[in-house]
Amino acid sequence: MKSVTIIDYGIGNLFSVARAFEFFDAKIQISDDPKIILAAERLVLPGVGAFSDAMNGLCNRNITAAAQRYAEMQRPFLGICLGMQMMMDESDEFGTHKGLGLIKGRVEKIPDIDADGKSHKVPHVGWNNLLFPQTNTAVHWENTVLKGLEEKTSVYFVHSFTPVPDNPQNRLADTVYGGRSVSAIIYRDYLYGCQFHPEKSGPMGLKIIKNFLAI
Amino acid sequence: MHNVRLIARLDIKGPNLIKGVHLEGLRVIGSPQEYATKYYQMGADELIYLDTVASLYGRNNLHEIVKSAASNIFIPLTVGGGIRTIDDITSLLRVGADKIAINTFATKQPSLLQEAAQRFGSQCIVLSIAAKKIHPGKWIALTDNGRENSGMDVLEWAHQGWKLGAGEILLTSVDQEGTASGFDCDLVNAVASTLPIPVIASGGMGTIDHLEAVIKCGKADAVALAHVLHYNKFTISDIKHEMIARGINMRSDGK
Repeated sequence: MKSVTIIDYGIGNLFSVARAFEFFDAKIQISDDPKIILAAERLVLPGVGAFSDAMNGLCNRNITAAAQRYAEMQRPFLGICLGMQMMMDESDEFGTHKGLGLIKGRVEKIPDIDADGKSHKVPHVGWNNLLFPQTNTAVHWENTVLKGLEEKTSVYFVHSFTPVPDNPQNRLADTVYGGRSVSAIIYRDYLYGCQFHPEKSGPMGLKIIKNFLAI
Repeated sequence: MHNVRLIARLDIKGPNLIKGVHLEGLRVIGSPQEYATKYYQMGADELIYLDTVASLYGRNNLHEIVKSAASNIFIPLTVGGGIRTIDDITSLLRVGADKIAINTFATKQPSLLQEAAQRFGSQCIVLSIAAKKIHPGKWIALTDNGRENSGMDVLEWAHQGWKLGAGEILLTSVDQEGTASGFDCDLVNAVASTLPIPVIASGGMGTIDHLEAVIKCGKADAVALAHVLHYNKFTISDIKHEMIARGINMRSDGK
């Protein structure tokens, strides 16, 4: 049986994330214990809310270093939404705050105006398409969490900030919002970050969860 | 153009899925879980659960229904009815709700919206407004599932709600609700074209043309359907196919 450890750092709702993995008979452990996190078979960092609150939540429980060390051990890691943004070096949300630094780059605000200079709605809420990143043309989805998914598959996004990896090769999939490419999935080795919520993206989101369990 | 969301709206009384006309004359439709599962499988983009008697009894009774939904249905769930405190919100989020809709108590204590948005983020807080037309271009907000009149102007209240931190507006036309005679496009347009947050249009769908109108003329970002789905007038997949054929973007790979 596959085992998944979900990091609990005092933010909201872990129920749906846990349920999505249980749907594929994974054994779920929800924990804020650094030892358990370090020993995880697969680690999931969920997240909703503000970047600095979430990083403080990790720090206050002494689990920042455990998550960072885990990430260097070639085992599967999945950051979801804010959890994905926390994988970056730092974020501009309400001042500048340090992230986990698993992937080089920053988290920036989605501009209030679209690429044509017209005002558009932020947060970016709703179903949007997964696309091959234009800046990473060599990308392949086979052997990743997107195995078996077609380009333009829709997934559910809710976010106002967006990670910008320094190296485009860390971009697995983008989406377009307001005429601009924003990261939908970033990756490095066995580390993945989804800006959207796979646990809220219907059957296609579940496919991503299933793929993550197969890594 | 952005994908327009098609949302199934489930009004609940006790253990039952119900449906009324103008939010009155409620009829029992069936089991919420059965209908919710069907809508999920047919490609609904979200579900909205509203406890129709919660304000009357002073509490939301949807926890069990939401928990069983969230266990098997993997799309966003909005839950509302009788929300008064941060604790009410926390307890619904714990059982799997993603967003919380607030109507009655927000009109009495608007700071609840602000407090909730700061705590959980704007993306989590939906201001639910039941609008009753007074004369052309003027609507007032009803509360307690349409039983009480707050006296507040809908356009002003929607604007204030956004300022306080609501991340979306669920806008129900009480006049059109359950009538299948078309959406109040003027109402939807008046709110959607002046606010920088998404507006979910609710109330009045009878035909595909109605839906096209509220999206194209009303500028709705999302549409909540009840009557036409519960009574099986259309399936969600049929509606999406037809909308896409008419040039409206919708998620179509959800089945």
